[in-house]
Amino acid sequence: MCLAIPARVLSVEDEVATVDLEGTRLHVNLSLVEGVAPGDHVLIHAGFALEVLSDADAQELAFYRERMRALGAQESMS
Amino acid sequence: MTAAAGVDTALQRLRDAAARLSGRQVTFMEVCGTHTMSIARLGLKALFPPNVQLVSGPGCPVCVTPQGVIDRMVALARVPGATVCTFGDMLRVPGTESSLERERASGARIRVVYSPLEALAHAEAHPGEQVIFLGVGFETTAPAIAQTLRQAKAKRVANFTAAVAGKVVPPALHALLSDDDVALDGLLCPGHVSVIIGAKVYGFIPAEFGVPCAVAGFEAAEILLGLASLCEQIAAGRATVENLYREWVRPEGNRRAQAVIDEVLLTADAEWRGIGVIPLSGYSLRPAWRDFDAFERFGIPEMHAPEPRGCRCGEVLKGVTQPRDCGIFGTHCTPQHPVGPCMVSSEGSCAAEFKYGGR
Repeated sequence: MCLAIPARVLSVEDEVATVDLEGTRLHVNLSLVEGVAPGDHVLIHAGFALEVLSDADAQELAFYRERMRALGAQESMS
Repeated sequence: MTAAAGVDTALQRLRDAAARLSGRQVTFMEVCGTHTMSIARLGLKALFPPNVQLVSGPGCPVCVTPQGVIDRMVALARVPGATVCTFGDMLRVPGTESSLERERASGARIRVVYSPLEALAHAEAHPGEQVIFLGVGFETTAPAIAQTLRQAKAKRVANFTAAVAGKVVPPALHALLSDDDVALDGLLCPGHVSVIIGAKVYGFIPAEFGVPCAVAGFEAAEILLGLASLCEQIAAGRATVENLYREWVRPEGNRRAQAVIDEVLLTADAEWRGIGVIPLSGYSLRPAWRDFDAFERFGIPEMHAPEPRGCRCGEVLKGVTQPRDCGIFGTHCTPQHPVGPCMVSSEGSCAAEFKYGGR
C-alpha cells in the first residue's frame, strides 16, 4: 500500500502536474512538495507527489548508476 | 545486461559482507510490505547467503488493521445513503461476520479509489450521498488523507467524511524490538514511509537496541545493497542508520507533508493486529476536524473482536512465525478464501508466500 512510483513531469498548472508514467499521462497533486518544474521527476502515491528530484539530479543519478553498472560488468567479465 | 550487472555487484557485496560474519547466523526484518512483495516476486531469498535470514514485519497497513476496525468499516458501509470509498486492498479483508466485498454484493455502495481526492471529487459531484473515505495507511498515505480533508474543509464539502485508521511505523518498531519473542539483527527500513518521516527518525533503533538499520529502495540491487549494509555494520561492530535511498529520502523527510499531517491528525494509542495496543502508534483526527470523522458522524462505536480461529497473522506480522508454519496456510486460508488479512492484501506476507513461494 506504500507503493510509490517515480514519473517525469511534463507540465505544471497551479498545483497539478501532468506526468508521463511509462507512456501514460496522469494528473498529480503537487501541494505536498515545492518548486516542481517540467523535466523534474516526482514520486507519486495516492494521487499526490511525495517528493521531487530535479532534472539535473536525476541525470546525475542516472550517470552514476550507469557508471556503477559498467564497473560491475567489467568486474564480472574479468 | 547492464541491470543484471548491477544486481551481480550488489549480490557480490552481500556475499562478501555475509562471509565476514564468521559463520554467524543473522536474522533481518524487512519492515515494509512493498519490500516483502518485491523480494518474493524477484525470488531474491534464493540468492541470499546461507547465514542471512530475512523475515517480514508489520509493514502492510491492511494486515495490521485489527478486526474490530474492519467491523466498524463494514458498519459504515451499512449506513443508509452512504458511499464508501476505499483502496482496493481493504475490500476482501474478512471482518467478524462480513467484508466490504460482501456488503457490496448485498447492495452497499462501495467504490475502489486510487486517491482520496477521487473520493472527494465523488462527494462534490453527488451531494445527495454521504461519501466516506476509509483512511487506512502508514505515514506514506497520511499526508494524502490529511491534504484531502483540508481541501474538503476549504471547499465546505459537507457530505465528505473519513474513517481514519492510519498507523505510525516507528512506535511499532520500538514495540517489536522490545518484545522478548523477537530477536532481530538488523532492519531494512521502509523506503516510502521514510520519504515522509525521514531517515533520521530511526536513530533510536541503533541507539537504544544496538540494531543496525538500512533505508533502501525496491529494486533487486537496492534491496541486496540494503542487506549488505546491515551485514557490513555487524561485521564492523557498529550500528547506524544507513540511507541508501537518497534520491527520495532526506534525513529530515518531507517537512511540508509532515506539517499537513500535523495540522489535521494527531497520534494516539492504537491497536495493531496480533501485537496489541502500541502507545502513540495510530492516527486520529484532531478535535478541530471532528466534523469530518465518519465514525462520529454516523455513530459507529469502537468495536473489538477476537482473531479468526486458527489464524496466526499476529505472529506472522511480528516475524516470529513464517506463513507456512501456520496450520491453515494454503488449506483453509488461501487468496481465494482468506481467513486472515496477511493472505488478503497484495502486500501481505502470506499472500506473497502463496503466490511466489513455489506452491
